[in-house]
Amino acid sequence: MPIFDQLTQYLFSGLATGAIYALIGLGFAIIYNATGIINFAQGEFVMLGGMFTLSLLGGAGLPLGGAVPVAIILTTVVGMVFERLAIRPLKSATPLSLVIITIGGSILIRGIAMLGWDKDTHSLPGFSGDEPIEMFGASLMPQHLWIFVVTIFVIGCSKLFFNYTVSGKAMRACSYNSRAASLIGIDVRRMVLFSFIISSAMGSLAGIIIAPLTMTAYDVGIMLGLKGFCAAIIGGMSSGFGTVLGGLLLGILESLGAGLISSGYKDAIAFVILLLILFIRPQGLFKKAETERV
Amino acid sequence: MKKLLAILLGGTMVLHAGLALAAGTVRIGALFSVTGPASFLGEPEKNTLEMLVKDINSKGGVKGTKLELVVYDTQGDSTKAKQLVNKLIKNDKVVAIVGPSTTGDTMAIIEDVEKAGIPLVSCAAGIKITEPVKKWVFKTPANDHVAAEKIFNYMATKKQKSIALLTVSDAFGSSGREQLKTLAKQKGFTIVADEVYGPKDTDMTPQLTKIKGAKPDAIICWGTNPGPAVVTRNVKQLGLKIPLYQSHGVASKKYIELAGADNAEGVLLPAGKLAIYDKLKPSDPQQKVLREYDQSYRKNYNVEASTFGGYAYDAFLMITDAIKKGATTPEQIRSNIEQSKKLVGVSGVFTMSPADHNGLDLSAFEMVRITKGDWELAR
Repeated sequence: MPIFDQLTQYLFSGLATGAIYALIGLGFAIIYNATGIINFAQGEFVMLGGMFTLSLLGGAGLPLGGAVPVAIILTTVVGMVFERLAIRPLKSATPLSLVIITIGGSILIRGIAMLGWDKDTHSLPGFSGDEPIEMFGASLMPQHLWIFVVTIFVIGCSKLFFNYTVSGKAMRACSYNSRAASLIGIDVRRMVLFSFIISSAMGSLAGIIIAPLTMTAYDVGIMLGLKGFCAAIIGGMSSGFGTVLGGLLLGILESLGAGLISSGYKDAIAFVILLLILFIRPQGLFKKAETERV
Repeated sequence: MKKLLAILLGGTMVLHAGLALAAGTVRIGALFSVTGPASFLGEPEKNTLEMLVKDINSKGGVKGTKLELVVYDTQGDSTKAKQLVNKLIKNDKVVAIVGPSTTGDTMAIIEDVEKAGIPLVSCAAGIKITEPVKKWVFKTPANDHVAAEKIFNYMATKKQKSIALLTVSDAFGSSGREQLKTLAKQKGFTIVADEVYGPKDTDMTPQLTKIKGAKPDAIICWGTNPGPAVVTRNVKQLGLKIPLYQSHGVASKKYIELAGADNAEGVLLPAGKLAIYDKLKPSDPQQKVLREYDQSYRKNYNVEASTFGGYAYDAFLMITDAIKKGATTPEQIRSNIEQSKKLVGVSGVFTMSPADHNGLDLSAFEMVRITKGDWELAR
């Protein structure tokens, strides 16, 4: 097999995995921008999306077109309840204690999922078959195309939402300065709830479209959440292109690293990149450093 | 005087009742990782043991001796395992211990059982447990290298010479990788690619692309679900035509379900006989035991019996067999287990000796090929 074909395969595998990371990373970034906290329960939303779809398809016997929206709605409800019960009651908590609460929340959600479903891994059927597609000497699954399409769609929607709608602009205002935003009449707490709704919906969507490829279980959220977090950090926690590029970069580097260097270092590569970026460019790769006026 | 006599009589009767109970019951301890990351091992093991104890007690016990079971959950945590084994030895005063479920937990408590002199029949597969032999420690799962040897013997008949390894980076995978490398060298196979993946990885196409470039005669994947299922799907995705071997770690229908029957078509693996008992020759000594175990497990828990539960079954079998032969103290149980000959269990036919505390050989596994979503004996 010529090295060129190998390279295209690494690249495509990396892009496909990277798109997943990007989609999960976006959820992190949106909540961070609206509230200043990093929601470590984001990975659990991804898990819930996959598991709900599984139950709705298998248990309730819904068709795919029905199961997906219902699963997203159910996960969103979980996201809302989580915000109401765990985030909102703490009036003057520091972001750090809120971050710790989200870690606790993620453990709780995972535990409930383990008891409510089971400890097994489950597979979902592909949305449009399981016949691999040949492309430039590399092969992909139809599901990869779904992931690309959905990622692009979600990025487009979030771009439109944050730039052209009142709610989106209000959320951005909160991220710049929540105090000033509340002074001009924006209900900051509602915006926080809103950010949880959006990111839990986005997380569950990610979980649903990747489940046919990666399979799903009560504990898939941990690793996926961490990788999504890496993507968001590389992208400088921007709720737009930065995170997407961060995710794709991470995916490609992982895949090239596994292919060309050694697969033993695959996860190490991701986390070394994360550390390097936190050390050298804490504002992310694609963001200018913020200048603070004194 | 009469009163005093009555009290004395009453007292001796109570004492007698106590003695009778002590003579009539034997307390067996068990440590399983019922919750936590290794719960897929601990849960069927606990279920199996509870089912067997209930069953034997309802039939009047082992030669009239009732069994009492004390099960603790280690949660796959060696520190917990160490605390709990001491609780079993000192507070519960058990005569023998079944478990723990994982190699890590087992290694952590060997020191304690050796010191206390309580026989331990581990349900973990790691070769370190019984090699070198420890006086009080036995184990029921076959060593990984037995499964590896089975694969290599089969490959030799198919004239496959160069192999690619794809192993998971946890304890099971790295132990398997070691054994595969040593055996490959002994048996004259060349390893042209040696790749690993993480237990939670969701895409192994980079590793497989690299393997494809190395052009091996066969790929051996060593891991437990879901990784091997992902590998199987990725092999299909990349259109690899190289034969794929899996380890005994995925010898359950769950693997075929996760990988998809189409993708798993033609995959070869060494399976414990429990998965394929209805395909065995009627002359196979294990068939009856396997059928009975599977059927009663299904009746009690509504799921098929698993190899892991079988490890606990065999441990129970060894201990009760030792008691049946008249052992009552830990020392007698230990020496009776060591003298077990041709004991037909779920994992295989055990023949112990002072030099071998596992007692299984190549006959513990059968090579099977997945055909139309089912097992088929590979010839």
